[in-house]
Amino acid sequence: MSVNEDNVKKIARLSKISLNDSEVKKYLTDLNQIIGWVDQLKEVDTEKVSPTFSSFGAGEGIKQRDDIVSDGGYRKEIISNAPKSEEGFFLVPKVID
Amino acid sequence: MNNLLKGSTGDWEIVIGIEIHAQIISESKLFSGSSTIFGSEHNTQVSFVDAGMPGMLPVINSICVEQAVKTGLGLNAKINNFSIFDRKNYFYPDLPQGYQISQFDQPIVGEGKVLIDLEGNIEKEVRIERLHLEQDAGKSLHDQHPSYSFVDLNRSGVALMEIVSMPDMSSSEEAQAYVKKIRNIMKYLRTCDGNMDEGSLRADINVSVRKPGDDLGTRCEIKNVNSIKFIGQAIEYEAKRQIKLIEDGELIKQQTRLFDPKKGQTRSMRSKEEAHDYRYFPDPDLLPLTFTDEFVENIRKTLPELPDIRRRRFVDDFNLSPYDASILVSERETADYFEIASEGVNSKLVCNWIVGELFSFLNKVNKTIDQSPITPQNLGKLINLIDDGTITGRIAKDIFEIMTESGDDPISIVDSNNMRQVSDEGEIEKIIDSIIELNPDQVKALEDKPNLMGWFVGQVMKETQGRANPQKVNDILNSKLLK
Repeated sequence: MSVNEDNVKKIARLSKISLNDSEVKKYLTDLNQIIGWVDQLKEVDTEKVSPTFSSFGAGEGIKQRDDIVSDGGYRKEIISNAPKSEEGFFLVPKVID
Repeated sequence: MNNLLKGSTGDWEIVIGIEIHAQIISESKLFSGSSTIFGSEHNTQVSFVDAGMPGMLPVINSICVEQAVKTGLGLNAKINNFSIFDRKNYFYPDLPQGYQISQFDQPIVGEGKVLIDLEGNIEKEVRIERLHLEQDAGKSLHDQHPSYSFVDLNRSGVALMEIVSMPDMSSSEEAQAYVKKIRNIMKYLRTCDGNMDEGSLRADINVSVRKPGDDLGTRCEIKNVNSIKFIGQAIEYEAKRQIKLIEDGELIKQQTRLFDPKKGQTRSMRSKEEAHDYRYFPDPDLLPLTFTDEFVENIRKTLPELPDIRRRRFVDDFNLSPYDASILVSERETADYFEIASEGVNSKLVCNWIVGELFSFLNKVNKTIDQSPITPQNLGKLINLIDDGTITGRIAKDIFEIMTESGDDPISIVDSNNMRQVSDEGEIEKIIDSIIELNPDQVKALEDKPNLMGWFVGQVMKETQGRANPQKVNDILNSKLLK
């Protein structure tokens, strides 16, 4: 499997990254190398191996917490990195679907 | 049932599938410890996890897992003891992580089914495809500023259940009945409050049309419809739009549409097709969600009586018609109210008064039954007063009026207003005699017009302010005037 320039541009668009033409060429090479490596891995016969969802044992599921309110209530800190804010809201360029 | 729509080229069938997003009732969010309370000051219920700050890690809320399993059991669905969280990637300002943690091909709940209740006591089975856990997004306000949108992240990270139906519905009525039924089941289970005004329950409706017997047509998805009424309107509009397009020789493009309640129309969202390329992959921050059969069985033991079973019990125990019973159980609050009110009271009368007087009053003042000024205990007492002959049916309506304003106990209203029914024959006879004496012309006219009897009854009622026992009044009048 491999990707072409159009695929790279599409992925960049979906990721909201702008790439110039030379960057598109660079990432095309990089991505195809990664895909080539994965293709190589696919040569291993995994017919009888179940997928690994984590590096813990199969019995080790997710840790759960109690339903207690223990966080939040620091609006100033939350919005302190926002380029633009007003009255405790984040302000972003207008988006309407 | 015939649900076909007429077009210029013949009959069309509508095919509807629904995705419901239901906020889980919990104190804190799905993967963080911030509060879920609705209507707080913006951005005050946001942790660094909810704001998508680098390096923050999600930890799952055990109650949200329980709530999802409970809902799955309520939908007669297969519970998966092993499920996976995935990242659904898209860019939007109210999604600070840049992805929503959701479940893709291994959800917590698999296939199930519900019975929906249709007009004329008909039931229909709708299959559930799956239920999965996911995070809610924040909220964008677009009308606060000419060139900026305001973002509030209080809702960001609140736990949602997405419940996906199979495309089993074929009319707007069925779609509405389905959403009502799912909402009702979740309210019985107390897993979602079902409040569509506050956005705790939203529906995405997939609509396509086809000639009967044909393969499925191309569907359009109407996003975020937030009332039962709008669901009906959106489907009606969308089905007709698609039929017209096809009959005009055009193709339906698969797209996401929005319903505009002011116009009663759906319109295309501007987002590009590729917005649907979500590039799901397993979230490396989260291990698989696993639990034992015992965990599921323990939850099963806590399940309350669900609406279908409660309706059957109402028919059996209270001798109600299936129709009456289904009205009462269609909202958990109404069924609860009925059960309290009918303790030691004629339950058929209680049902009539709830469905009649109480509903029309609540409608008029735009209140729900749990906001009723008349407590179920007091309604029960009022009905006992009618049933044991203490008051007449007419007076009962007056007392009901007073109760809607004061919320007072009907017994004290009766006593302080001297409203007890007059059943004493001697007393009624005295009143009738004086009416006959004062109206000789009417007595004479009665010979030709037997309908005038009603006038005499009216006079007696007027004289007694409606308190006279109507049966006795009729008997005495008949014996004195009809010889």
